[in-house]
Amino acid sequence: MPNLKELSKNAGLFTGGHRACAGCGGTVVINQALCTAGKNTVVCFATGCMEVVTTIYPYTAWGLPYAHLGFENAAAIVSGVEATYKALKQKGQVKEDWNFIAFGGDGGTYDIGLQALSGAIERGHKFLYICYDNQAYMNTGIQRSSATPTGANTTTSPAGTKIQGKVQRRKNLTEIIAAHDTPYVAQANPAYWMDFTKKVEKALKTDGPSFINVLAPCPLGWGFAPNKTIEIGKLAAECKFWPMYEVENGKYTLTYKPKKEMKVEEWMKLQKRFSHLFKEGNKEMLTNIQKDVDTKWETLLKKCE
Amino acid sequence: MPRRALTGNEAMAEAMRQINPDVVAAYPITPATEIVQIFASFVSDGLVTTQFIPVESEHSAISACVGASAAGARVMTGTSSQGLALMHEVLYQAAGLRAPIVICEVNRSLSAPINIHCDHSDTMGSKEAGWIQIYAEDSQDAYDSVIQAIRIAETVFLPTMVSTDGFIISHCMQGVEILEDKQVQDFIGPHRSAYSLFGGAPITVGPLDLQDYYFEHRRQLMEAMNTSLTTLDAVNKEFKQKFGRGYDIIEEYKTEDADHIVMAMGSTCGTAKVAIDKMRAKGVKVGLIKLHVFRPFPHEQLKKALSKAKFVTVLDRSDTASSMGGPIFVETRAALYDQMPKILFADYIYGLGGRDIDIEEIATVIEKGEKMKLQGKVEKPLDYIGLRE
Repeated sequence: MPNLKELSKNAGLFTGGHRACAGCGGTVVINQALCTAGKNTVVCFATGCMEVVTTIYPYTAWGLPYAHLGFENAAAIVSGVEATYKALKQKGQVKEDWNFIAFGGDGGTYDIGLQALSGAIERGHKFLYICYDNQAYMNTGIQRSSATPTGANTTTSPAGTKIQGKVQRRKNLTEIIAAHDTPYVAQANPAYWMDFTKKVEKALKTDGPSFINVLAPCPLGWGFAPNKTIEIGKLAAECKFWPMYEVENGKYTLTYKPKKEMKVEEWMKLQKRFSHLFKEGNKEMLTNIQKDVDTKWETLLKKCE
Repeated sequence: MPRRALTGNEAMAEAMRQINPDVVAAYPITPATEIVQIFASFVSDGLVTTQFIPVESEHSAISACVGASAAGARVMTGTSSQGLALMHEVLYQAAGLRAPIVICEVNRSLSAPINIHCDHSDTMGSKEAGWIQIYAEDSQDAYDSVIQAIRIAETVFLPTMVSTDGFIISHCMQGVEILEDKQVQDFIGPHRSAYSLFGGAPITVGPLDLQDYYFEHRRQLMEAMNTSLTTLDAVNKEFKQKFGRGYDIIEEYKTEDADHIVMAMGSTCGTAKVAIDKMRAKGVKVGLIKLHVFRPFPHEQLKKALSKAKFVTVLDRSDTASSMGGPIFVETRAALYDQMPKILFADYIYGLGGRDIDIEEIATVIEKGEKMKLQGKVEKPLDYIGLRE
């Protein structure tokens, strides 16, 4: 298991000086993942916040080989890179061992890139896909995605006089990927770096595809102060909104048990995207959101038994 | 040189076997499916060392190809019609990243209405994507052009598509002279790419390129396209010299004394040659220009080849839906705008959705053209062949 000292040796593979917002959760996710993976890693990226802020030509924040093409094809690109690695290794033109990590936001993963991801996993390429889930299309200005939670105010699910934010429920992407019989699937949170880096390490050791869905708190899109990113992340786990678990060859394990009973609205209260739900008349929505979180938690616990 | 009876698809697949690319990522689509299918059997039988990625869509096929190319692989794929249309955005990405991928394309119409047969709408929809486009007249041409395409793409670092007419070439059998595997390998040489993710340096491929650099990078792509004609010509000359056959960027057939030129692409050129022979027997001074390369558009070659023409009959197997006629017509006229004296042009859209075109029909439009030439006036600059109206 990696310790902080070891991880810090790889600091600089993802350098500072990029143009992400202060308090960006996505950059923390990338940094922790790369510190674990090390320099012999090729990164493939989907269009999105992190791609935009890290590669404005002629600058780059990437201290390792990186490729970006489009919004929906990170998993397809990494398929080609991994296949090339096999071909060149067979010819003796590449000698070292390499890791392959594809990153996408929730838009590039839950929505537009889901088909490419499903295909790449089914084909069994040896790669890790990390979804940094900030729960909306933040890059284009906070539009709802299928990862946006019920009730959240976004620019395409605005809280109005008749409709109170996003009406639909979130897509459970982690379970969709687990249903592919993916050898390693996990849900993580950068607020729990040890848990996350351990999962990255396991994923990279997997002989086949692996997937980690990581919550990436977004100060701008969620409406909280930039110095609260880690705290918001922690509370998402405490209130059971974002359970941390892993599925290894079909076996479910809960990797973090919340320390205290906490209602999901306690976490929601800290974010402006949910503020309208605390107005009079919206109590029922909060009750339903809590019910949904409870049901999902119970279902997960059963799977972990 | 061994001669085998092969369909266009078999000929292209055979070229792929001999090229033995590092990576092939492909998805089935009529009428190009066989290329992928035959190639998959080469993989299963150990006749190639290629990493074959049987993707879940054409979008992923070309995306995986670009990823592989960026990683330093020699990459090929095959597709047609809707498949090429689904690849559309990634075609631009491939060209922009200067990935020398080669696509074996089989020309088929685009939906709707859905139709699986030949016309050139699919590749014409991609003509501005920054890909070199080569149109084969028959299976031999397709086989030879695929081999040449590897050399061309990897010299100018532009992706290249070689297309055959769906079913007419792709599924019809013809005697094809096959080179030795070693001859192919020696001709294409080791893979060349502009960069590689495994090249040692931590390169960033596909960065965000804003107002301050994007224009210069696109200009470089334009320049590569401008200079690629020289490469296309040089590679063909070398091929001709080594193997005794080749395909000029534009092929002129009986044009020396012709004042009436027919222009066409693909399998129709063979039919047109017979129609021209027939009209010549009647004393009509008509010749054919076969456009073998549509991208880059060989405007200088055409200016020269058409310098003595008084009348040009263009046969377009696709329409631009611009109300100005087909792409060959529009671009050739633009190329000759400054030419004096003025040449009369008539455009005929034909063969959409696989509708047959025969010798008589071409002979008829040549006759019509002769009349218009004498009158010095084009009554109908855009007309159709074999259409019920």
